[in-house]
Amino acid sequence: MTTNGKLVHLKIRRQDGPSSDSYVEEFEVPYRPSMNIISALMEIRKNPVNKDGKETSPVQWESVCLEEVCGACSILVNGKPRQACSTLIDSLEQPIHLAPLKTFSCERDLIVNRKQMFDALMKVKAWIDIDGTHDLGPGPRLAEEDRQWAYELSKCMTCGLCFEACPNVNDRSTFIGPAPLSQVRLFNTHPTGKMQASKRLESIMIEGGITSCGNSGNCAEVCPKEIPLTHSIAAMNKSTTAYSFKRFFVK
Amino acid sequence: MKSDRTFFWRKLHSISGLIPIGVFLFVHFAINYTAFYGAETYNQAAAMMGSLPFRYAMEIGIIFIPLLFHGIYGIYIAREAKNNISAYKYEKNWYFYFQRVSGILVFLFLVWHVGTTRIPAAFGAEVNFDMVASLVANPVYLFFYIVGILMTTYHFSNGFRTMLITWGITVNRKSQNFGKVIGVILFIVLSGIGLTAIFAFVS
Repeated sequence: MTTNGKLVHLKIRRQDGPSSDSYVEEFEVPYRPSMNIISALMEIRKNPVNKDGKETSPVQWESVCLEEVCGACSILVNGKPRQACSTLIDSLEQPIHLAPLKTFSCERDLIVNRKQMFDALMKVKAWIDIDGTHDLGPGPRLAEEDRQWAYELSKCMTCGLCFEACPNVNDRSTFIGPAPLSQVRLFNTHPTGKMQASKRLESIMIEGGITSCGNSGNCAEVCPKEIPLTHSIAAMNKSTTAYSFKRFFVK
Repeated sequence: MKSDRTFFWRKLHSISGLIPIGVFLFVHFAINYTAFYGAETYNQAAAMMGSLPFRYAMEIGIIFIPLLFHGIYGIYIAREAKNNISAYKYEKNWYFYFQRVSGILVFLFLVWHVGTTRIPAAFGAEVNFDMVASLVANPVYLFFYIVGILMTTYHFSNGFRTMLITWGITVNRKSQNFGKVIGVILFIVLSGIGLTAIFAFVS
């Protein structure tokens, strides 16, 4: 199947289980034009033999959509957090170092446990209440002007790259992470979601909430969907500040 | 939930860097700058500050308590970060990292600075031109001052930039760039004033 006998050299940080030690294993897989990281990993799965010619277990990874909308295949490629599906082999220097994200706990090889992100989305109520005990009818419409930028925020796929790059998301800190703060902005902009706006603001005004952001700006730099996370966080700073005064003086 | 006062303390930490600490910094730098006009002008300015009414109440309430709060809570905040500048060499990540480094260095500088000026003053030494001049006559101490001044002006200028974000004043790209321009101007102007002042004490 090789086009010209060229090989792709991979150095992969592996781990057999959640509590095992990690180790690096090297592989060489046949090159094809326009390969991405996933197709290189598929070659290992097809023929799980490492660079030394020894048979090994195939490298485990997670991926679903293969078109950068699901967020499942986040890994470190040459030390940078990327989506494995949209990272092309031709754009990389070899050997290509692959490793699981460090912010999350490793399940096996390149698979990490992303539960803390989904927990954070639950905490900030990143949904819209639509049903009561009876039909509430259609909600108000969103102005086209707002829809345009809100749509950009809705592209978040909870991939975790912003969590990985943020210096304040780690085991010493309780910070819920950049993406959930942007989701509060999204759902508080939605005309129906707005009806629970104060609840969402309250949920990020506690320890580990919006005040844990240190403005390093890494989140927006690494976001594969180019979501303006830093501006979303600043907008939430504005909303929470205004709300705190309202809560103290008026409400 | 009700007893969680994190938001209040963090906002207080943010604003305390400007009011009263930043305001005090401006006054302090202005007084120092009078040394540029000569020892006599400086001694007059220092004596004027020393004879302000409610001096001890103001020193404690406007300077010492806010500085200790900002410094100690700041170190607690800095400890939450796992700095990752080696993997993410982005401009704002450098500012973030250096904000924490400068904060800790300023804290150490101030311990030394208070220890070599206010503590002797409390034991009867007179705060005047000669006091500072004899300190900076030692090149090591002069070096401490230069580093201390630059760390302070950086920490204040960058802190001012991020404070505009923290309070939701600069939200979009354009205004955040504008915030950065203000920060750079503050850093250059304050550093110029601070360094001019300290070199005025070097004979």
